[in-house]
Amino acid sequence: MLKTLRQIASIGIVSELPPPADDSLRLRDGLQDRIRAVLGRALCIRHIDAGSCNGCELEIHAINNPVYNLEGLGIRFVASPRHADMLLVTGPVSKHMEVALQRTYEATPDPKLVVALGDCGCTGGIFGENYASRGRVSNVIPVDVAVPGCPPSPTRILQGILAALARSPSKGGLSANAGRIEKHALPPQ
Amino acid sequence: MALRAWFSRSDAHAGAPGLRALTVTHAQWRQVTRDLAATGARLLAIWASSDERGQTIRAAFLADEGGLVVNLPIADPDAAYPGIEDLFPAAARMQRAMADLSGIRSTDPDVRPWLRHAAWPRNYLPLVDPPQAPVDAGPLIENYEFVRVEGDGVHEIAVGPVHAGIIEPGHFRFSVVGEKVLRLEERLGYVHKGIEQRFRQFPILEAHRLAARVSGDSAVAFSWAYCQALEGLAGAQIPARAAWLRALYLELERIANHLGDLGALGNDAGFAFGLAQFSRLKEQLLRANQETFGERYLMEAVVPGGTRHDLTPTGPSLLGGCLREIEHEVFTLRTIYDEHEGVRDRFNGAGTVTAALAARLGLIGLAGRASAQSLDLRIDLPCEPYRSLAPVKIGRSEGDVAARVAVRFDELLESFRLVHRILEGLPGGPHVEAVPVPADRACGAGLIEGWRGPVLVALEAGPAGSIRRCHPHDPSWQNWPVLEHAIIGNIVPDFPLINKSFNLSYSGHDL
Repeated sequence: MLKTLRQIASIGIVSELPPPADDSLRLRDGLQDRIRAVLGRALCIRHIDAGSCNGCELEIHAINNPVYNLEGLGIRFVASPRHADMLLVTGPVSKHMEVALQRTYEATPDPKLVVALGDCGCTGGIFGENYASRGRVSNVIPVDVAVPGCPPSPTRILQGILAALARSPSKGGLSANAGRIEKHALPPQ
Repeated sequence: MALRAWFSRSDAHAGAPGLRALTVTHAQWRQVTRDLAATGARLLAIWASSDERGQTIRAAFLADEGGLVVNLPIADPDAAYPGIEDLFPAAARMQRAMADLSGIRSTDPDVRPWLRHAAWPRNYLPLVDPPQAPVDAGPLIENYEFVRVEGDGVHEIAVGPVHAGIIEPGHFRFSVVGEKVLRLEERLGYVHKGIEQRFRQFPILEAHRLAARVSGDSAVAFSWAYCQALEGLAGAQIPARAAWLRALYLELERIANHLGDLGALGNDAGFAFGLAQFSRLKEQLLRANQETFGERYLMEAVVPGGTRHDLTPTGPSLLGGCLREIEHEVFTLRTIYDEHEGVRDRFNGAGTVTAALAARLGLIGLAGRASAQSLDLRIDLPCEPYRSLAPVKIGRSEGDVAARVAVRFDELLESFRLVHRILEGLPGGPHVEAVPVPADRACGAGLIEGWRGPVLVALEAGPAGSIRRCHPHDPSWQNWPVLEHAIIGNIVPDFPLINKSFNLSYSGHDL
């Protein structure tokens, strides 16, 4: 126990402060206020791997590490779509995951946001469309934000999550159709 | 016939060093596989390839004598070939997948589909028929006949495909009494995205990028195995510096994954401190990767003929310094894990796979080494630079979660040592050389010990720089069925911990 405490004390806090003068960082600065304004509480994300190679998942794990410290921003991952405000979807959507993805989407209460992650989620990526792959996420469910990258860096993932939030009306909560029609793609990395 | 006699009849096979190939008749097929099983050989993979002359079943084994690919030409595609599930239990799912994708059926009893759920029609054979777009015919959910356990108080728990965490999708069907698991049956194939068919649409000199994305956590292992096969087919020699750089990438990939797993295993044992500490160390390594190689995960690092980038002049000191810091902390954290009673309590005796069971089922790779199955390609079938580096073999015999944790710790320390040796001894010269286009019908296989275990990529060249067939094989194929045994008699809440201690790939398996 003593060693554990000594380790905690000697490492200290490694979470990084947002660097100044960067668009994405301005979002991060005001993030908690914005989430509270929109949702009145912390943002809850449900992750769905709809056919990914597991590369994007590695970087999603990274945004939860002490350096990026997602939970410190009031954002957390939840175990059920019924608890979620946002779906974070990776992979070209495999035919075998199509129904599961649709059902997860339907199980998520309105208003909800969808972020498609990685080159595959954005365009179908290197796998494309074939007998077993439906390609991009927006071929199966409506997508608000698409974050390219193979895999996208943790910073890009955070920027994507924030971009989705920024699109929501700041007052009165999310409308059921907020931001679903037009896609908001980030420029390539 | 003794195994040696089969080997003496075999021919050299391009790709991994010491690899041999043997073509057998229908009658010899059972004989050679029986001889292989009798001498304790390991099944690496079974796949089918087809051309205008018909289909051939290929099975790769690793025996004491070396690697052997056994080819069985199929004369009548409608007749079943003799299955080898009784000799190599791991063959069962591979044979079922072969039926789904190539339409070749074995005589073994389990004829349920494996990779094909219901997303494409039964009569469409992705690896025989031309590519087609997804069809919207029929229901996407097909009833799968799980084995039912019956008796007083037995009930089923169905989990997945969407899991309650940041993990890949798959379905687990537990039959339990109270908390105790009587039986687990896995249903995989959810992330099948047509990778093997997709390979054929790439020029042979460019498909290493697809190989790197078969299982994103093993990008170096797969892209190296692909390039090793390709270079073998083309008769190309890679510069010494390239081989050493590839080994550097491979060990960094192993370190990154082991750091991630050790943190996650602590977390699954209720020790969130472990996750925080190890994920911080992993982040430190990924940032050093970014600075040295321009990418956090080395998805693009291995290319045909060598590596994409040379090591920067500051690379060795940067990486070396970063790893020394991490190593120091790993020592501290290991002591903390070892001394933490709660963690020991969860790790010890959980999900045990005895050495005898591991040998019978063909457990392989990292999980195998925790159950006294010592195979490590870096030592048993070494390519350069592992012949020069001479890694030390790591092993445990307890076969429980604690053993798989201990193997990870030991392998981490060994990989730190290897990285330092590589950084010190890196030969000069070019880091890449052009690879010529291999001749049509050239055939070979690459074999690389990834962090999870032996990765095989079998490659057949087509005309004009195309790919006739590429079969990437992840060791998860062999190890998923063993997980079903590891959980028996344990309690349901220990499943996430036991599952994590194997940390098998879904994407690398589902293809």
